[in-house]
Amino acid sequence: MAKRKPQPKPATKPAGKSVSSKSAPAAAQAASAEAELNRELLYSMLLQRRFEERTAEAYAVGKIGGFCHLYIGQEAVSTGSISLLRPDDYIITTYRDHGQALARGMTPRALMAELFGRADGCSAGKGGSMHLFDRNLNFLGGHGIVGGHIPIATGVGFAIKYRGGDQVIVCFMGEAAVNGGAFHEALNMAALWKLPVIFVIENNRYGMGTAVERASAINDIYERAGSYDMARGVVDGQDVFAVRAAMAEAVERARVEQAPTLLEIRTYRFMGHSMSDAVSGTYRSKAELDEHMKRDPIVLLRTHMEEAGEIDEAALTRMDEEIKAICQDSWDFADQSPEPPLEALYEDVLVDTTSDAVAEAEAAA
Amino acid sequence: MPVITYREALNQALREEMQRDDRVFLMGEEVAVYQGAYKVSKGLMQEFGEMRVVDTPITELGFAGVGVGAAMVGLRPVIEFMTWNFALLALDQVVNSAAKMLYMSGGQYKMPMVFRGPNGAALQLAAQHSQAWESWLAHIPGLKVVTPGTPYDAKGLLKAAIRDDNPVCFLEGEMLYNTKGEVPEEEYVIPIGKAEVKREGDHVSLITHGKMILVALQVADQLAKEGIRVEVLDLRTVRPMDVEAITATVRKTNRAVVLEEGWEVAGIGAQVVDYIQRECFDHLDAPVLRVHQEDVPMPYAKSLERAAKPDAGKTIAAVKKVMYLE
Repeated sequence: MAKRKPQPKPATKPAGKSVSSKSAPAAAQAASAEAELNRELLYSMLLQRRFEERTAEAYAVGKIGGFCHLYIGQEAVSTGSISLLRPDDYIITTYRDHGQALARGMTPRALMAELFGRADGCSAGKGGSMHLFDRNLNFLGGHGIVGGHIPIATGVGFAIKYRGGDQVIVCFMGEAAVNGGAFHEALNMAALWKLPVIFVIENNRYGMGTAVERASAINDIYERAGSYDMARGVVDGQDVFAVRAAMAEAVERARVEQAPTLLEIRTYRFMGHSMSDAVSGTYRSKAELDEHMKRDPIVLLRTHMEEAGEIDEAALTRMDEEIKAICQDSWDFADQSPEPPLEALYEDVLVDTTSDAVAEAEAAA
Repeated sequence: MPVITYREALNQALREEMQRDDRVFLMGEEVAVYQGAYKVSKGLMQEFGEMRVVDTPITELGFAGVGVGAAMVGLRPVIEFMTWNFALLALDQVVNSAAKMLYMSGGQYKMPMVFRGPNGAALQLAAQHSQAWESWLAHIPGLKVVTPGTPYDAKGLLKAAIRDDNPVCFLEGEMLYNTKGEVPEEEYVIPIGKAEVKREGDHVSLITHGKMILVALQVADQLAKEGIRVEVLDLRTVRPMDVEAITATVRKTNRAVVLEEGWEVAGIGAQVVDYIQRECFDHLDAPVLRVHQEDVPMPYAKSLERAAKPDAGKTIAAVKKVMYLE
């Protein structure tokens, strides 16, 4: 019988609050470090928000085409979880991938250029909104088939273990992915082989327009990990501190014990499923949306910081203006970036190298 | 030169490549403790350990994806499907992940991996276990599709597939595993994408690949007794296809029959015929004919199964027809 693993409690306060036992200078130093960290978290979340507001605008004027899924409302999940990772850790995600890419450090220029379908995009204009990749960031892509990337995450975990490394991989997915076979096949192997994979379900309550309770036989989705005797937890995804607390445990478990975790991070999508989807009206009511928007993750963090005296109105305005300028710059950059040359059409279908070539190159170097 | 089975040739290729490169590992159902459903991986777990010869649950989609993930971060997986029939469950990973990752990442993530296993019909395994999948796979840009028909080709091509930095679908044959042929002891690698004339002739070209090479050689033997000199071209790789070799043989003989194990519609033969009409239109003395499985799911009954499969008799009839002998 699988033991129920302890659930991370939603942390209402940031970790490291118990400063009373420390000396006064140490306490001041800790408070300052904490304020700095919180400013970074806020910056990351606000960058995603402002960037995607411009994304919606660019889509509306035809600069961006195809499918485009906004992340607005869920920023505490990406920022909170990715803030715990090392540069050599890995991330893989779904087609709703702008937020995680920015949180990981992808430049707004490379991202916007990709959305515009330009040569300077992070995937050279060949991926688009749903397929953001950045090898330098170990960002293994946005993937377009629901659940398809989950076994890939298990494979990366396998490779880490194969090499004896201590990296982790974080696999983001929506709650609707848990009803497909790929999810179960991937979790089973990750638990069976004890792989350092952190499966993060971003439960935004709707798989496109189908509410979670209309698609999943159980509503506490994290309990699905019980089938695989996997550590699991449920987290308030609007609270970046709660996300960080849960992720810290999961990362430790993966890095030290090489064991997987399933986290259900409960959040809410403030926009439609994609750009063609009304924000509310068919599958969810305006009243429900309004209720959830009262718990905007950015507002919650800002309020906490204001109350803690970590930021004031002027500093907030400065940060916002700086971010808006960066987003404008990304738009201008993308606009000026050339379209991929026609020769690129036939490039990157196959490579013409073999392991011999790699070995030869390594030997030469 | 030693004569070994197709199975042993594959086993040698796996062993040699795993010795050569510690990033290469074998994963699939029953590959380790059981030593392979068809014993292709015999002795490998004992030599390389359980981290490099990995038994999986019965979860084709899952372990194909595991291979993709491992390949993305620099390992060189060989993913064994117990048969390609079961690989249908894994097609999302083969097609949507492995074949497209390089392209949709703008060239950042190559996929040095092999998907391999037996393809096509054996004997009386009925509809769900008797299918030749190469035309499905060959449809997809971003994949290479290799179909060796002899032990020599099996070894040399598997070694090439494992060293290739692209995803390679490697289609073996259940009925081929026990067939024997000469395989040299010294190291060799056969380039992917190169056809081979398995028998020279100047009356008619018989173009085929995979298991059907055995039927083609049988046909050539039989027709030789009647004075018909058949040139047998073994494609060996169906993607990329060796158009030059196809063109050369048809321009030489001016007549062609294309033989394949799979179904007719949108089959490999349809593509070969397209190349022929483009490259050899003025060289043809007769319409090109095709021999393939009848357009039905594979039946179980021995008599019906025999009737459904392409065979020497059907091929001989087609050859004689393109030579206007019947």
